[in-house]
Amino acid sequence: MLQYTVKRLFGLLPTLFLVGVLVFLFVHLLPGDPARLAAGPDATPETVALVRHDLGLDQSLPRQFVRFVTGVLHWDFGRSLSTKRPVSVEIGSRFMPTFWLTVWSMAWSVTLGMTIGIVSAVWRNRWPDRLGMTIAVSGISFPAFALGMVLMQVFAVDLGWLPTIGDDTWLHYILPSLTLGAAVAAIMARFTRSSFVEILGDDFIRTARAKGLDERQVIWRHAMRNALIPVVTMMGLQFGFLLGGSIVVEKVFNWPGLGRLLVDAVDMRDYPVIQALVLLFSLEFIVINLVVDVLYGFINPTIRYR
Amino acid sequence: MTSPPASSPPDALLAIDGLCVEFGAPDDPVVAVRNLGFTIARGETVAVVGESGSGKSVTALAIMRLVEQGGGRIARGAIRFARSGGTIDLVRAPAATMRAIRGDEIAMIFQEPMTSLNPVMTAGAQIAESIALHQRKERTAARAEALRMLEAVRIPDARAILDRYPHQLSGGMRQRVMIAMALSCRPVLLIADEPTTALDVTVQARILALIATLVREMNTAVLFITHDMGVVAEVADRVVVMQGGRKVEEGPVTQIFAAPREPYTQTLLAAVPKLGALAGEDVPRKFGVEATARAPSPPASPSPIVLAPAAPAREDAPRAPILRVRDLCTRFEVHGGFFGRVQRRVYAVENVSFDVAAGETLSLVGESGCGKTTTGRSILRLVDVEAGAIEFEGHDLATLDAGAMRPLRRHLQMIFQDPFASLDPRVTVGFSIAEPLYIHGVARGAAAEARVADLLRRVGLDPAHARRYPHEFSGGQRQRIAIARALALEPRVIVADEAVSALDVSIRAQVVDLLLDLQHTLGVSYVFISHDMAIVERVSHRVAVMYLGQIVEIGPRRAVLGSPQHPYTRQLLAAVPVADPSRRRAQIELSSPDIPSPVRGVDDPPPSAPLVEVGPGHFVARHRVGAF
Repeated sequence: MLQYTVKRLFGLLPTLFLVGVLVFLFVHLLPGDPARLAAGPDATPETVALVRHDLGLDQSLPRQFVRFVTGVLHWDFGRSLSTKRPVSVEIGSRFMPTFWLTVWSMAWSVTLGMTIGIVSAVWRNRWPDRLGMTIAVSGISFPAFALGMVLMQVFAVDLGWLPTIGDDTWLHYILPSLTLGAAVAAIMARFTRSSFVEILGDDFIRTARAKGLDERQVIWRHAMRNALIPVVTMMGLQFGFLLGGSIVVEKVFNWPGLGRLLVDAVDMRDYPVIQALVLLFSLEFIVINLVVDVLYGFINPTIRYR
Repeated sequence: MTSPPASSPPDALLAIDGLCVEFGAPDDPVVAVRNLGFTIARGETVAVVGESGSGKSVTALAIMRLVEQGGGRIARGAIRFARSGGTIDLVRAPAATMRAIRGDEIAMIFQEPMTSLNPVMTAGAQIAESIALHQRKERTAARAEALRMLEAVRIPDARAILDRYPHQLSGGMRQRVMIAMALSCRPVLLIADEPTTALDVTVQARILALIATLVREMNTAVLFITHDMGVVAEVADRVVVMQGGRKVEEGPVTQIFAAPREPYTQTLLAAVPKLGALAGEDVPRKFGVEATARAPSPPASPSPIVLAPAAPAREDAPRAPILRVRDLCTRFEVHGGFFGRVQRRVYAVENVSFDVAAGETLSLVGESGCGKTTTGRSILRLVDVEAGAIEFEGHDLATLDAGAMRPLRRHLQMIFQDPFASLDPRVTVGFSIAEPLYIHGVARGAAAEARVADLLRRVGLDPAHARRYPHEFSGGQRQRIAIARALALEPRVIVADEAVSALDVSIRAQVVDLLLDLQHTLGVSYVFISHDMAIVERVSHRVAVMYLGQIVEIGPRRAVLGSPQHPYTRQLLAAVPVADPSRRRAQIELSSPDIPSPVRGVDDPPPSAPLVEVGPGHFVARHRVGAF
């Protein structure tokens, strides 16, 4: 198991390198001159040249790449063009709100989604299944911004039970996480259902029933771990997407997260921030993929012992 | 051994009476079992035999009341089961009672050892689960009992197997684990649903003997479900023959084999290939079973205008080989470890040499992992060849690149084992058959259509079927379609890889007859790959026995099967179940290991040496191969 994990870790190195190159080239491929942008619209050519030298943009590409990598390794991503604060500080203050929002959204949506999925699979083609899948399809179909606005209108404005915007207390988390998790719960429900339906038709489930186990033991002891494998993949993917910060939800609830930071940065053409965010999002996916792969190893012995 | 009447005598352990099982919508049900009745006495072995769709497995699941999970329901009838507290009707038993009976009083072994065990639980845990459930033992006691059961099923190194996962075990080992699991609570009735169908013949022999020994020790009654008459003759006290959900005939095993009353039973027995049936003959012979109503068109009328007939092979004349294989080696690398380096090598085919003459059938026989399929695939270059030569029409196929190989492919075709998987479900069978014609630019448009119609007629199907899709055909018909596709380009050599193994006995006999007819009229050569010795005897002129990637014996069929020289050939022949209850085998070694693995170190090829000639054209390996 340890060897497997270490092997997977080393397998990340090429991916990391590729991501690094792409993110580095990102700034150079964009239209416009970063030095001119950084210097501001009223700068003289001399100032622009000075800034260019300052940013190292007058050096050769490989040299710039080495500088970029060294910077990243020293946690130096440059300064934001709009706020002039270090990018690491800028992102750091926005990361945690998005992270916790993601965690809470995933927590309730995975629990509910898997429950609906398992119930639907066990009673497939009967009323619990039809009800569950109707809810799931509605969850996928209803757009997040609309759901967010409806929730806010009902629970914050009309009933006054919950705050509308901001992230000050745990109460602030309820409405955005409901909005964000709805689609995930729906996807999880459908995915879990199809995975369970497939597993419940397998021969070893019949063997388990022939042993005299009751249906609850068959599902928990025999079907669960086998059905979990595709579900875990989906969970990882969804987690990665949510960690990127939902632009719509963060806009609706005025959430101080990464999604809004990204929108603002694109608006301001704040390249260092965009660059660092792209790097961060790639890294998140890579780490999540690694976690999913290691989880596979725990769930499925055929992978572990290869 | 006596045959009680179908009405339940007082001593019956299980009495099925008027059982009807239906699937599908209640207003338009598909009836899988109709009005079935038979009994099983304590300690008795009853075989239920029938072809696919006869309702035999559904009957087994109905007894366990597991048929409901598969979408079926017991519409009528009773299944009376004698328990210690009195007889109950399983059809009406509450769910909790059924759960207490399942696995404890009635246990079941399933066909597929590969899929019937939970892949994420260790073998020990799966056996201990039954014990803990029914005998209320706690963990360590259940585990100790599981170990005892593994030893009872003669698994070598049982303690290590306890903690293995199913994928780390061979098919035979998994089936032993299944048996250990089923017998762990000492059931009074064991239902074995085709328990050895997926296993190799030598492993099958051992598993059958093992089941027989254990049930005798425990005085367990067995309901043995199988399609294999040889297995029936081997194990059963009484036989129930089923067809289309009905009982056709029932009787003691000796009577069923010696004097079957019903025509269906007679047909079934006639279609069973019996090893030794052609003992005094040199050439293949047809079964001569009449095609049943499944082929609507009249038998193939030869139409030599379309398919150029080759000279019918004369059996006595010496024939020049059209395919010569010399020292063929095919190896696969096993990557592993930290950097994914080559750690081990599968020596799948090692120094294999043989000739195939025009109009001749060479059979490659052996058990799983012996390299027979890889040899067939190597000839067609479907896998990369490591070394050796494959001479065909003045070319060495082993060295040709893909482009040079392509035009030659029309002369070398293949028929695969699974007729359900080898036809594209999204295109018509007409297109599947015509596709090789298009690819090689042989015919198109109306000419291709005419050719397809002719080919379908030749394989005994209606030309109008060309517009249908594969799912509209039965397994036997699909295999005929696959044969038509293989014939489309008038190949010189057809590699038939277990081409009839997935078919029911009567269909199998028809397809074998078709292959022999086609060989006779078209002069095509077959490389016939099979594990079934009795079929091999029917179809082949010559036989090559493979073991651990090498040919250990090759020669004329009559010589190899009639006077086998290599110990492995002898073991293989001895393991074939004989469809004659009066010739049951003597006790065989229960714990001998399954076939060894062809995986070895990277630079450690198995020793090989030229074969020694022991008779005209009859060669035998005298060097050490594996355990021999």
